[in-house]
Amino acid sequence: MNVPGRLIVTAPPPRGRYGEFGGSFVPETVVPALQELEAAAVEALGDPRFLADFYGLEAGYAGRPTPLHHARRLSVRAGRPVWLKREDLLHTGAHKLNNALGQLLLAQRMGKHRIVAETGAGQHGLATATACALLGMECIVYMGREDMRRQAVNVAKMKLLGARVEPVGDPAATLKDATSEAIRDWVTNVRDTHYVIGSVVGPHPYPWLVRTLQSVIGSEARAQMLELTGRLPEVVVASVGGGSNAIGIFAAFLEDADVQLLGVEAGGRGPEPGAHGASLGLGTPGVLHGSRSYILQDPDGQVLPTHSISAGLDYPGVGPEHANLMATGRARYVALDDRQALDAFHLLTRLEGIIPALESSHAVAAALRLPDGGGPILVCLSGRGDKDLETVLGREPK
Amino acid sequence: MSAAGDAILAALPRSGEEPRVCPYLMAGFPDPEGTADLLLAAEAGGGAVLEVGIPHSDPLADGPTIQAAGRLALARGMTTRIALAQVAKARTRGLRVPVVCMTYLNPVAQFGLEDFCQAAAAAGVDALLVPDLPLEEMEELEGAASRAGLALCTMVAPTTPDRRLTLAATRATGFVYCVSRTGVTGTGDPTEGASLLERVRALSDRPLVLGFGVRRRSQVVSLTGLADGVAVGSRIVEAARGDDPAASVREVVAELCGR
Ligand SMILES: Cc1ncc(COP(=O)(O)O)c(C=O)c1O
Repeated sequence: MNVPGRLIVTAPPPRGRYGEFGGSFVPETVVPALQELEAAAVEALGDPRFLADFYGLEAGYAGRPTPLHHARRLSVRAGRPVWLKREDLLHTGAHKLNNALGQLLLAQRMGKHRIVAETGAGQHGLATATACALLGMECIVYMGREDMRRQAVNVAKMKLLGARVEPVGDPAATLKDATSEAIRDWVTNVRDTHYVIGSVVGPHPYPWLVRTLQSVIGSEARAQMLELTGRLPEVVVASVGGGSNAIGIFAAFLEDADVQLLGVEAGGRGPEPGAHGASLGLGTPGVLHGSRSYILQDPDGQVLPTHSISAGLDYPGVGPEHANLMATGRARYVALDDRQALDAFHLLTRLEGIIPALESSHAVAAALRLPDGGGPILVCLSGRGDKDLETVLGREPK
Repeated sequence: MSAAGDAILAALPRSGEEPRVCPYLMAGFPDPEGTADLLLAAEAGGGAVLEVGIPHSDPLADGPTIQAAGRLALARGMTTRIALAQVAKARTRGLRVPVVCMTYLNPVAQFGLEDFCQAAAAAGVDALLVPDLPLEEMEELEGAASRAGLALCTMVAPTTPDRRLTLAATRATGFVYCVSRTGVTGTGDPTEGASLLERVRALSDRPLVLGFGVRRRSQVVSLTGLADGVAVGSRIVEAARGDDPAASVREVVAELCGR
């Protein structure tokens, strides 16, 4: 039966706080809209009709539940069982659609028909443009010029779907600049516009709302592990850009004290400032895009440039709940570099016949570095690699 | 009320005359050491209260003109410390009008809220305006500002419901900054702000400053009886781009003041 996993619905944290992180640091113009959004989300997530609409689209349109695949040849390499949660098989090719569908249903309910989004890898923009086509809504996607260049296929798809793709910033501009510009659009058009943020970042209630919508990944994966292996995984591994696929899968295991949670950030070209996207590993607490978390910044509080081979991890911030999971020690975070991600990309392709997104390749690479001989590893394979072929092929020796 | 709050009240009297002009300058634009000159020029042109923006890499409330000015200032080495030093320099050279420091939260948070307020007060800043710090999150800065003798301005927008307007007006120890329309700096038509000004006026006796989108003298005049001050940002920043930034800033401010 096609029954998607259930959402893990929690009450929104008071004032959006996760320990000392989170909050809502935005211009007054949008504060009332954020309060309205929180109230509307609480109401919708408690309404069986809303949930039925959401699960209906997830099953009949997006293709949930996604399979859990026992990666046998990769397991031999890892020296222990590796299971892949196949979000790459979701419609549009990444986990981002879970969030886009949920937020658009919510926007419809709130009577907002103009949708803005930011995108880095283009997967969130693509998911939003797709859901807007499905539901008949106007869609504007902000995207940094550098990302438009390296994710050209996704740009073309978004345009085919009827979205307007707005180039942002100078030729080096990426996800950070696109996010700032999407927020400015929202500040300007807040009365009729809903801002669909693409990860568990931004002002409250977004980190809570996006986590709730992505928790479908974790609740499915946990049930599938129990059904197929009779036990819980020893480690859950996921890539962390803003952190939505990671929180989505972690959410179901937070109470399972024996299950280790491992987030993987972009190590880029190395630990020098500007050469990576390891906000948790190498950043410091600060405020970016409306919430307090770990960010990459200079001592004056100016946000630093970032680099990753993977556009979706090329971001100087991270969701506040991850900052708190690191502070409390419940989750651990590591950074793997461009080369390690590329190696894992090729390995998974050859060993399992699955071409992964470069974001997800970071998670695969981290799984392969865990000590062998342990219990099962559950990897969130957040997306497929079609969008990255040009980047990968461009790197190959001629 | 702090002495700083009193100075702002005195500079923006409710008189039935046209509103006073409050020029905004981006600290460090066009060059880091030139800000003191521009502050003095803005005062000489007739500016009643000066706003000094601390440049930030991610200014969520700013439109293209002020974004570009901030980016250039940062590229030329501007820092929060140099900005405060420039205010101090202008004070030693005789600047008398109140100065409001407009800054995003993160540069202040990294400086340390307490240290920043003390340093700003020592430099001769009278008040702070932090556009990404909503009323719900203001308490800590409020304490630090009041210990340093700094006033705090609050912001309201056309989307702000009456309940929050009252809160914003009571929390302001400086002026209440009224955003003329939903949007970022440099956009909008200030006459759209009239209904917001009327709503706040009914709830508060704090000085009201209208901003976002004011570019011309006729707009300043049209706000007579509604606003006590008008903030002019992008137009002044554009003037500072010229060959002689101080002369152009003085000229534009004088024109806005009808001098
Ligand atoms: C396939 C894929 N995985 C991961 C990410 C990173 O985002 P997040 O950390 O929010 O899951 C992206 C972002 O674009 C993505 O496209």
